[in-house]
Amino acid sequence: MVRLTRDAINYSELTESVRDPHCGAVTLFLGTVRDLTGEQVTVFLDYEAYGPMAEKKLAEIEAEVRRRWPVGNVTLVHRLGRLTVGEVSVAVAVSCPHRADSFDACRFAVDTLKELVPIWKKENAPDGTGEWVHQSHTPASPKRESPENAT
Amino acid sequence: MNHDFTSVPPVFTLTVLLFAALRDLAKTESVRLVLPPGATVSELRRAMATLYPEMANLLARSVFAVNHEFVLDAHVLFPNDEVAVIPPVSGG
Repeated sequence: MVRLTRDAINYSELTESVRDPHCGAVTLFLGTVRDLTGEQVTVFLDYEAYGPMAEKKLAEIEAEVRRRWPVGNVTLVHRLGRLTVGEVSVAVAVSCPHRADSFDACRFAVDTLKELVPIWKKENAPDGTGEWVHQSHTPASPKRESPENAT
Repeated sequence: MNHDFTSVPPVFTLTVLLFAALRDLAKTESVRLVLPPGATVSELRRAMATLYPEMANLLARSVFAVNHEFVLDAHVLFPNDEVAVIPPVSGG
């Protein structure tokens, strides 16, 4: 299951939702709003998505995770809108029969989400200024076209 | 040379969606551009950078999406495509 939401992410419920009798391992990753990036103080973040494409890319990541690992359940949820320090911006929950696969699958899902899904954050400082975060790829290395190339 | 102006190929108008800093720079959520038939993403990128020089820097670091899929610069555009500029992403 994948979802974009403007509401707080209930990660306890999310974790319960991936538990499975065939799975001896459940991995939960939470991305939370950090107060410092280098020297820069963040008061809140604004998250924005290209909704239909973001949902499509999240679903492709879910499919790729299921193809590569013996997953029981996998859920990716990303929050949008204004988030203050400490709030959960992204949650990925995975269950697998064994822990190595569960850890690997969860890490792949988060890493690929951060690389491919059209979502952006704006860091807002105490002085009222804000800046969109647009680091990384150059025209010489266009974004990968499918999750399987993204390891 | 045969100057037959009645057979000048029609141009088409494309709406391009903008996000994050590109939207802030353009002060609008989408822009409309007139392109010749067979125009590629590369030509669209150039046309946008010319019309909106304030976006040029970030445009050069962005990729394009057509109908919710990343495309390369050689991709050919069609009138009903849903086109978006995807600046470097920062979700998570």
